[in-house]
Amino acid sequence: MLIPGNSRKHLLLSLGLVALVILPPVSSAFGESYLISLFSRILIYALVAVSLDLILGYGGMVSLGHAAFFGVGAYVVGILAFHSYEGDPLLTWPFLVEGTESGLMAIPLAMLISAFFALVIGFFSLRTSGMHFIMITLAFAQMIYYFCVSLETYGGDDGLSLYARNQLPGLDLSNDGHFYYLCLGILVLYLFVSNRLVNSRFGRVIQGTRENERRMQALGYATFRYKLICFTIAGAGAGLAGALIANQTEFVSPGLMHWTRSGEILVMVLLGGMGTLFGPVLGAMVLLLLEEILASYTEHWMVLLGPFLVIMVLFAKRGLYGLLAGQRH
Amino acid sequence: MLLILEQLVNGLQLGVMLFLMSAGLTLVFGIMQVINLAHGSFYMVGAYAAATVAQLTGSFLLGLLAALPAAAIVGMLVEAVVLRRLYDRDHLDQVLATFGLILFFNELTRMLWGRQPLFMDVPEWLSGTVEILPGAPYPSYRLAVIGVGILVAVFLYLLFTRTRLGMQIRAGASNREMVAALGVNIRFLYTLVFGLGAMLAGLAGVMAGPILAVEAGMGEEILILTFVVIVIGGVGSIRGALIAALLVGMVDTLGRVFLPGLFRLFLPMAEADGIGASLASMSVYILMAVILVWRPRGLFPEPA
Repeated sequence: MLIPGNSRKHLLLSLGLVALVILPPVSSAFGESYLISLFSRILIYALVAVSLDLILGYGGMVSLGHAAFFGVGAYVVGILAFHSYEGDPLLTWPFLVEGTESGLMAIPLAMLISAFFALVIGFFSLRTSGMHFIMITLAFAQMIYYFCVSLETYGGDDGLSLYARNQLPGLDLSNDGHFYYLCLGILVLYLFVSNRLVNSRFGRVIQGTRENERRMQALGYATFRYKLICFTIAGAGAGLAGALIANQTEFVSPGLMHWTRSGEILVMVLLGGMGTLFGPVLGAMVLLLLEEILASYTEHWMVLLGPFLVIMVLFAKRGLYGLLAGQRH
Repeated sequence: MLLILEQLVNGLQLGVMLFLMSAGLTLVFGIMQVINLAHGSFYMVGAYAAATVAQLTGSFLLGLLAALPAAAIVGMLVEAVVLRRLYDRDHLDQVLATFGLILFFNELTRMLWGRQPLFMDVPEWLSGTVEILPGAPYPSYRLAVIGVGILVAVFLYLLFTRTRLGMQIRAGASNREMVAALGVNIRFLYTLVFGLGAMLAGLAGVMAGPILAVEAGMGEEILILTFVVIVIGGVGSIRGALIAALLVGMVDTLGRVFLPGLFRLFLPMAEADGIGASLASMSVYILMAVILVWRPRGLFPEPA
């Protein structure tokens, strides 16, 4: 503890950002350009983990269905691209909706529709709390999962391949480097917005509700509404990440929203440190790199990852970010 | 008419399987206040143990006899090594630790038995059919499953209302410290309850063996439905679990069979099948949402 906590945190964050910015040219120079797509994936999962942490760490809502919004975002991009390629409109009634491959259309739409799903699911789930809330978010996510499995037009169980990534003006997304910087830019932007959000009056109310909901109600806050808005914002964030993952892999399938995916995202948040914004980024990075490394040694890496998680939960409560940045929460 | 009858019995049979799973889990939730995602793993352990022993010896009964203690022992080990340390933690820790356990158990079965599913045969003496109504034959094995479920329900009822052990478990649920102060070994009691729950899950796994494929990850398919049952029935209530399990079994089975037909009445064939199939796969979740709006704590909430 030679450096006080706060400046240590700033040092850590600046170093991390610099490392992420110079990663593509450096890894290309060393001929390891597969790192660019691996880290694009990490940045996307970091985004969904940060969005989960908004409700989990700040709002105290343990959702086990967050991957559903991730999957919905991916499906919006996938379905729009499918209709654009096939040339037949998505909807003819009550108004005409055509497919599109424009990122400026598809990505915001993915966020919007995920947010809408989160609003509806949150409306029902947030009537409960604790154990009930965990199981209900899980059940709703399964409902969306099975719904997507039954979408025969869009590949059902097998999923849907995209023919190309979305188009954005000024960027060539088929170039992995450009795509990486898009992911990084979006993540940084989302972190910035989230940072403003959790330190705003709204964020304070959410954190107060986590600590003592009844007291916040007594103070005159309509806590249900605050929680629902927070849940919806998190859903939009997950949808944004979903839109990116659909573009990265050029493939969407119900597997994206399988409940084990929700579990994985939850693990990223806890591993990195919940209730912090940068912890989940670190958690996503560590978990995905760990998977990558373990998988290169044995096909049965999950047999090692499972006990690792158990030990993490039992002994390292504050997460990695808490250990590194020395931040209390 | 016969189709409806047959599907009703099918629904009953799924309901019974769900009851076996949820009875144990709802006890663990209600009494120990711990959320256990790894319950499906005990179901899988039961199925694998039974399939392996049945293949080696050719006897379904021996398989069953091996599976019950195997599931119970794995359950009690899990409780003693991991879950016991999590009783006082918040639900998030419990979710993560048991999620880790699922990954471990699924991968371990893949290592030991490979990725190919195992298949179990229906025992010969149950491979025939029984006429439940004149002209309506029904597989005896599925009827036997229903019979076992009824036996277990009666057994649990007697255990909890008529025995000293059941009384202590109920007392432990309402005030842990008080029961411990009165000289009951509550830790051991919890382990026992956990083992009982795991054994029931193992039993469900054995009985599912000949109907479904025995494979890694099979536990998670039924686990989610089990959660739905518990949420509908009310956490901690065995009576709620029984009624909700039958309800969910019926809705799921009947929905899959009849919803496409229902939509065909007013929609073109292909669309009707599509919409019917999607709605059917979501029907139990819709049921759950409706019930929760009506009663947020389930049909038979246990007094907190």
